[in-house]
Amino acid sequence: MDLTTLTYIIVGASFALYIGIAVWARAGTTKEFYVAGGGVHPVVNGMATAADWMSAASFISMAGLIAFLGYGGSVYLMGWTGGYVMLAVLLAPYLRKFGKFTVPEFIGDRYYSQTARIVAVICLIFISFTYVAGQMRGVGIVFSRFLEVEITTGLIIGMGLVFFYAVLGGMKGITYTQVAQYCVLIFAYTIPAVFISLQIAGTPIPQLGLGGNMGDVSFLSKLNSVVTDLGFAAYTTGSKTMIDVFCITLALMAGTAGLPHVIVRFFTVPKVHDARVSAGWALVFIAILYTTAPAVGAMARYNLHATVNTAVATGGDVFAAEAAIDGETRPEWMKRWEKTGLIKWEDKNGDGRIQYYNDKSKNEAFLAKAEAAGWKGNELGSIVKGKWEPKVDNDIMVLANPEIAGLPNWVIALIAAGGIAAALSTAAGLLLVISSAISHDLMKGVFAKNISEKTELMAGRIAAAFAVLIAGYLGYNPPGFVAQVVAFAFGLACASLFPTILMGIFSKSMNRGGAIFGMLSGLIFTLTYIVYFKRDVLLGMEKVPDSQWFLGISPEGIGVIGMLINFVVAFIVMKMTAPCPDHIQHLVEEIRYPRGAAGAQAH
Amino acid sequence: MSKNSTFDPKAYWSATLRLLTITMVIWFIVSFGAGILFRDALDSFNLGGYPLGFWFAQQGSIFVFVGLIFWYASRMDKIDREHDVHEE
Repeated sequence: MDLTTLTYIIVGASFALYIGIAVWARAGTTKEFYVAGGGVHPVVNGMATAADWMSAASFISMAGLIAFLGYGGSVYLMGWTGGYVMLAVLLAPYLRKFGKFTVPEFIGDRYYSQTARIVAVICLIFISFTYVAGQMRGVGIVFSRFLEVEITTGLIIGMGLVFFYAVLGGMKGITYTQVAQYCVLIFAYTIPAVFISLQIAGTPIPQLGLGGNMGDVSFLSKLNSVVTDLGFAAYTTGSKTMIDVFCITLALMAGTAGLPHVIVRFFTVPKVHDARVSAGWALVFIAILYTTAPAVGAMARYNLHATVNTAVATGGDVFAAEAAIDGETRPEWMKRWEKTGLIKWEDKNGDGRIQYYNDKSKNEAFLAKAEAAGWKGNELGSIVKGKWEPKVDNDIMVLANPEIAGLPNWVIALIAAGGIAAALSTAAGLLLVISSAISHDLMKGVFAKNISEKTELMAGRIAAAFAVLIAGYLGYNPPGFVAQVVAFAFGLACASLFPTILMGIFSKSMNRGGAIFGMLSGLIFTLTYIVYFKRDVLLGMEKVPDSQWFLGISPEGIGVIGMLINFVVAFIVMKMTAPCPDHIQHLVEEIRYPRGAAGAQAH
Repeated sequence: MSKNSTFDPKAYWSATLRLLTITMVIWFIVSFGAGILFRDALDSFNLGGYPLGFWFAQQGSIFVFVGLIFWYASRMDKIDREHDVHEE
């Protein structure tokens, strides 16, 4: 059976499964629509959270990012897992005890202010829409690459599917389809990893393979010498400064803990105890992928170098003329993926061979050797917006992995189903928080308080339907900066929602003025800094040199400073304005004690 | 919440905050400490084929996070029961 047919069958079967679950898990009440009835088992919720959390970017791009960043990729690994410790310890159990449906609802009630609630809704909508656009795009890309259809067709199929189960099933439908999607995506991710680890390190466990041996040296030291021989930075040290690594990691962690679509998952479990344990289960399921990804990245990086330069595997001279492979005999997978532009060979010195190295190396001795060997620049790159760029696309590391390792076609088909599952599950979770922010926070909470439950449920469905359409449009016609903006979402959540929720739980005296001004100043500072240093991408203006970064902190990590500003401003304003009223202090007292959570959820 | 004569809100909250502090200190040490601030020093040791600091940054911290959450949850259960605020 050929690859395309097989891919259609496997992807089609996974879709049939999701639709079947959606029909079975229809939502009948607002409580089912917003929080799946509040009765989800903590392990099931953990699995759904993991699928919700791991997006198209985690599945398709992260291993490639790590492959090219080496140690620098650790910011994503630690940042996107450590946030769950913060969630379990600092936020989730208390928000569960509070027992309502949405994040803005907590902020509005805790700070006795509709303004605070509306500010929170604005943060939420901005964060969630930038995120969801990337997911819909991901669906379209996977479709077009594996099923050879137009991106638009793929997008419409993806929208139709999300529409079906998010609008019909609400949180209940989403939760149970996410469980199925988790199974599909983790299976698709680990199977190729196991085989590649077997080939390179002789062990089926990738986490051990990365620390294993190749011949008589460790794999990582072999990889270090391979990449430095070719002029790249050593794999296990990387090139980012320590303060920047520190700030990016912290911003990603606090951002993770402050993302509404993650927090809201912990409203679906029955008890406070379950919220704590469920965060642990979520991280177990996430860790399976996140500890595999560094192995996939490092091994794919090695495979890529070994494929184009035969001296890599033998330990010979990488500069020898016949070491670089003949372009005519390059492997089939490379030819196949060249069609997508993710990888592209450009014979700069016209010798018919592929020289892949770092021509921007700062090592003069290396550059001299490369020149002496007749190399005229790196020849392996990708096509970006119709132009050849000297950088292989990150995504190839996961997408082409099964072919590089010579695995059978059904594994390749599985990667397609896994990528689509990762994108759909995250998109659905995001669409739900957007629709509940509109129907529950803006309509029921502020502008149309008297609507019945039935009307609210209908409003939630209509809002979800509109959100799907907007997300589809953004995916079809993405603002050029989608990838950049996803990094924003974390910085903004870290500087706005996270500190405000944290103070709402751990400080009894934090008041309305402090929260609103803190949230706004954290948000505005972070947004301004990002726009200023990314104005080349966002506004098409001339780039500000990175040397002007505040304390050497990149826009990705600046959310940490925004968070500090939020705390300081909130404290100063609190001291200058009327104290927090007694009944709110009692509310804060109440959410600290677990007993009574089961009663509070039926509000 | 059913308050009874044995319940001391201050004692419960300070026990909670003590556990929270211990948990967050461990969280900080394995990631920001071992994986970032002291990575260079730790990299001179090896764990299997991994330089130790690199291992903490890409593997070890994540394993510790998982264990840490379950440990925290079970200690919290104990504190909840001792102070009689646990769920029915």
